[in-house]
Amino acid sequence: MATVPKVEVGDDYKEKYGFFVPEDYIFKAKRGLNPEIVKEISWMKKEPEWMLKFRLRSLEIFRKKPMPKWGADLSVIDFENIFYYLKASDKQSTTWEDLPPDIKKTYDRLGVPEAERKFLAGVSAQYESEVVYHSLHEELSKKGVIFTDTDSALRDHPELFKEYFGTVIPPADNKFSALNSAVWSGGSFIYVPKGVRVEIPLQAYFRINAENMGQFERTLIICDEGSFVHYIEGCTAPIYTTDSLHSAVVEIIVKKNARCRYTTIQNWSTNVFNLVTKRAMAYADATMEWVDGNLGSQITMKYPSVYLMEPGAKGDVLSVAFAGKGQHQDAGGKMIHVAPNTTSTITSKSISKGGGRTSYRGHIKMYPGANNCKSFVKCDALLLDDASRSDTYPYNDVDAENVTLGHEATVSKVSDEQLFYLMSRGISRSEAETMIVNGFIEPFTKELPLEYAVELNRLIQLEMEGSVG
Amino acid sequence: MADFEIRDLKASVEGRQILKGVTLGISKGEVHAVMGPNGSGKSTLSHTLMGHPGYTVDGGEAIFKGQNVLALEPDERARLGLFLAFQYPVVVPGISMTNFLRTALNAKRGYDGKDKSKQISPKEFRALLKDELDVLHMDDSFLPRYINDGFSGGEKKRAEILQMAMLKPEIAILDETDSGLDIDSIKFVAEAVNRMRGPELGILIITHYTRILEFIKPDFVHVLVDGKFVLSGGPEIADRLEKTGYSEWVTDEPQEVA
Repeated sequence: MATVPKVEVGDDYKEKYGFFVPEDYIFKAKRGLNPEIVKEISWMKKEPEWMLKFRLRSLEIFRKKPMPKWGADLSVIDFENIFYYLKASDKQSTTWEDLPPDIKKTYDRLGVPEAERKFLAGVSAQYESEVVYHSLHEELSKKGVIFTDTDSALRDHPELFKEYFGTVIPPADNKFSALNSAVWSGGSFIYVPKGVRVEIPLQAYFRINAENMGQFERTLIICDEGSFVHYIEGCTAPIYTTDSLHSAVVEIIVKKNARCRYTTIQNWSTNVFNLVTKRAMAYADATMEWVDGNLGSQITMKYPSVYLMEPGAKGDVLSVAFAGKGQHQDAGGKMIHVAPNTTSTITSKSISKGGGRTSYRGHIKMYPGANNCKSFVKCDALLLDDASRSDTYPYNDVDAENVTLGHEATVSKVSDEQLFYLMSRGISRSEAETMIVNGFIEPFTKELPLEYAVELNRLIQLEMEGSVG
Repeated sequence: MADFEIRDLKASVEGRQILKGVTLGISKGEVHAVMGPNGSGKSTLSHTLMGHPGYTVDGGEAIFKGQNVLALEPDERARLGLFLAFQYPVVVPGISMTNFLRTALNAKRGYDGKDKSKQISPKEFRALLKDELDVLHMDDSFLPRYINDGFSGGEKKRAEILQMAMLKPEIAILDETDSGLDIDSIKFVAEAVNRMRGPELGILIITHYTRILEFIKPDFVHVLVDGKFVLSGGPEIADRLEKTGYSEWVTDEPQEVA
């Protein structure tokens, strides 16, 4: 009964996100990766000497590290064909009107200024390598909240920056964290002072415009004791026939009693390789929540992780992946229980369609002495046709005592009975399938702010109609 | 010719023929009851008429508004004006009843996400919903719940009739709607169905027992045995079955498990 709708790079993505505007850039580095390019980036940014050294050292590490072979097939990435640094505007604006017209038009089409007016406390917009727009509600800056781009943070808050930068994810962590450390540009820097609660979300929007672009933003979030912040990121790119690379590093420190929620709605076009390292350190009674939605890209490899450093720390990963034709979403999460009495959950929902492939890859580690820890992993996969695939790779290392570790995994297909029931009420097959898929990911959607939940359901609908590439 | 004309319908499940030539005409304003023992083909009849993919039509036709609905997808049949109240309503997690009802209503009205003028307004939707909830003695606490998820037997059946009331079909098939219901629930369900009864609606009640027919009086009763009608007539047939059961046609009838 299941019919396989045609999936192709379609008009809907192109129309809504996949458009591009002419390149009229201040600076475009040559293709390829070498120490000269790295020096050039650092020089353009007028960075201190230590950062240049950090970058060059990271480049060495990147060169020495082999490509990871355990996940998706990355052999097709041609590192020499990528532009590592593109600067589109000579300054950062605090009003949308000040942006170059093409860039402003881009964000207008993506609806970012509108979202800012309606329901955000601060917005950062990164275009290619640099953050071109930034805003933060005045009352938050008065309370001492810092929300800026990472380059500005290095310049304006050097001590705070140096104290934490690279401490959660060192360059040598993996090949792509090394690459990011060498050529990073842009990203968000957030500091929430003790006891300050940022009740309205902050958002960053990452946009790739040029072909063969490499975007390497670097985000650092520090939640001081008893604070709270919800940070949301979205990302899109035009559809090109050649590949682009997005390789971010996100480091988060959640201090005692603080809570951080990090929500991602990744919707890259299907020519983008999305290889991201995201990690948080959670201290006593702190909570770190990753809400991670992956719809687009050709290949995504992303395993948000939480290091539970002190008793009472709590980590959550809630992730959704949708893989259509030609896509491989290799996603999951890691929970590293370093201290006793820490808890974690990973909930992963994946949908594969039209020959798409999803993999859940997870790691639960409980160190010796991390006694009385609890962890629960649940992965549910939904396959929409016989051509699609889903795999589960759970790794558990438990060296602690008196722990609880649960794992549940299900793989299901859209049931004929559910389809028949919905269709018997006049609902078309494609709409019924979309409803079932949206119902399947509802545990995820309900964690999103309303506007994003609506947007996600709409994105799923586009995917289901087979029109998103 | 009746408004809904089933002619010599033959259908099979997993290669085994269950319906062996059923002919039945239902016009709007009429209530027909199809009664039969277990295994006689009652649920095959309802599922085949609505287009369940597990049932294969081997022959015959079902003409409604000049079309053979057996050639249509289930959603097309529904939009044309057919309705099936399920014996076992299906659970769909993550979708609220409200969302489901609104989507179904919009689909029925021909709204495909583009022409907003066809969309039901929130005000109209709420008003319609409230009226029907009252008739069924349901409160609105079930609206945010997922489709049939965790519903009691009675709630499921009432929810089916609620959908029927909102979608306003022209031909409605009630498949074992009384099974698993306590007497109060049967009364509420029957009251709601009787309220819809009229010149705009033809009803086909499929049932094993006569109980529901005490509350929804049929105009015609047909006895289905081994995939064929063995007897058709007026409501008096139901009274006869009430006394003698299906023993005239079947020996050793297995116990109802519903």
